[in-house]
Amino acid sequence: MREVNVSEVTEAIKKLCMDANYYLPEDVYNALQEALKKEKSPVGRSVLEQIIRNADIAREERVAICQDCGLAVIFMEIGQDVKFVGGDLKEAIFEGVRQGYKEGYLRKSTCHPFTRANVGDNTPPVIHYDIVPGDKVRIVIAPKGGGSENMSRVMMLKPADGLEGVKDYVVQRCSESGGNPCPPVIVGVGVGGTFERSAFLAKKALLRPLGRPNPDLELAAAEQEMLERINKLGMGPMGWGGTVYALAVHFEMEPCHIASLPCAVNINCHAARHKEVTI
Amino acid sequence: MAEDYIKLTTPLTDEDVEKLKIGDRVLLNGVIYTGRDAAHKRMVEALDRGEDLPFDIKGAIIYFVGPAPAKPGWPIGSAGPTTSYRMDPYSPRLIALGLKGMIGKGGRSQEVIDACVKYKCVYFGAIGGAGALLAKSIKKSEVIAYEDLGPEAVRRLEVEDFPVIVVNDIYGNDLEKEGRKQYEVKD
Ligand code: SF4
Repeated sequence: MREVNVSEVTEAIKKLCMDANYYLPEDVYNALQEALKKEKSPVGRSVLEQIIRNADIAREERVAICQDCGLAVIFMEIGQDVKFVGGDLKEAIFEGVRQGYKEGYLRKSTCHPFTRANVGDNTPPVIHYDIVPGDKVRIVIAPKGGGSENMSRVMMLKPADGLEGVKDYVVQRCSESGGNPCPPVIVGVGVGGTFERSAFLAKKALLRPLGRPNPDLELAAAEQEMLERINKLGMGPMGWGGTVYALAVHFEMEPCHIASLPCAVNINCHAARHKEVTI
Repeated sequence: MAEDYIKLTTPLTDEDVEKLKIGDRVLLNGVIYTGRDAAHKRMVEALDRGEDLPFDIKGAIIYFVGPAPAKPGWPIGSAGPTTSYRMDPYSPRLIALGLKGMIGKGGRSQEVIDACVKYKCVYFGAIGGAGALLAKSIKKSEVIAYEDLGPEAVRRLEVEDFPVIVVNDIYGNDLEKEGRKQYEVKD
């Protein structure tokens, strides 16, 4: 057993909240540069240039890439040989979010669903726990903006719809989303499991580094085909017309029930933020 | 700045918006007001009660934004647009009262587009997710109403060459539709 004090978790999460919001991951940054070379529309190219400049400013001045600093989505991979000491783990995570969003000048975006009163400290975060072998704790934070999350859906397709049905649904979802999710976007597709599992797979797909296709060749081919079909729609950066609407499609799959074909589409904006640390 | 930008200063007049067409790049100067979901709801409720709006709506521009908190030394934190369709139920009412411009991202409803034609109002797009860059064009920020709403409070912003593009003009054109038509590849 290895003891980990929960205060370390608070510190780590506080720093991750800030860093994730200031520093656009390198793979995303490079993908935007590539997009700039490929984009045919002059308006689209100017959008991409400004998005890249924005990431530079955020990094250099340590300010938020986007004013929507997201709901803090946190993946906790906890080694089964870890014993947490020094307090309540969940509360330690919440405290890290509170401190990170306050001290980092990040926008607090959680509110009561009906009165819309702002909670004030960006809690609660969404926490996904996973128990894994080993004695380490891996923490990944992915702040998720509302604009792109609102364009995401879970669709319970019929088994007869098959892979073609999944591809059509994903392309249609992008087509209907237009400029709303701040394109160029990254499209996470989760197929399998139950209703909520498919959504989780789609969310996890967004964490995969850009430029790394699914190792399964059939799924990788489907990713490529969907990406091409989405970009051929002509919506382009910010939906103002152009050739790059999506930077990538990431497809994750698991077995599902014999009666179902759950298909989730989780869209992420170009501010595809995530940061991780291992304690 | 590039020459293909049109410079405009608020408050906007009918003549200002008449010359704008979709795809035009515009640099805004002067004062603009912020408002998003909760502020729009309150403004329309105020009108229902026969009360005044927190600012003079005639010729005004509303920016759909909920900025991040300002770091010391900055007038405002990151301040990019939020998705506009959520303001669709409220916008026509404000347009009828003389609102001349809105800034947001994403498409608008037919009702909003129709109101833009009828009352001469323009919907501008700003680059979503470019909040740090856009904040550089904001020189001053002051909360003027609904402070309890936090990031959703109504702010008066002084802007200098704030970059936007015309997405819906007063002639009923729509950049999202036209742009897409131009670049769509049919197999
Ligand atoms: S969708 Fe993303 S980039 Fe756009 S405003 Fe929301 S968080 Fe920012």
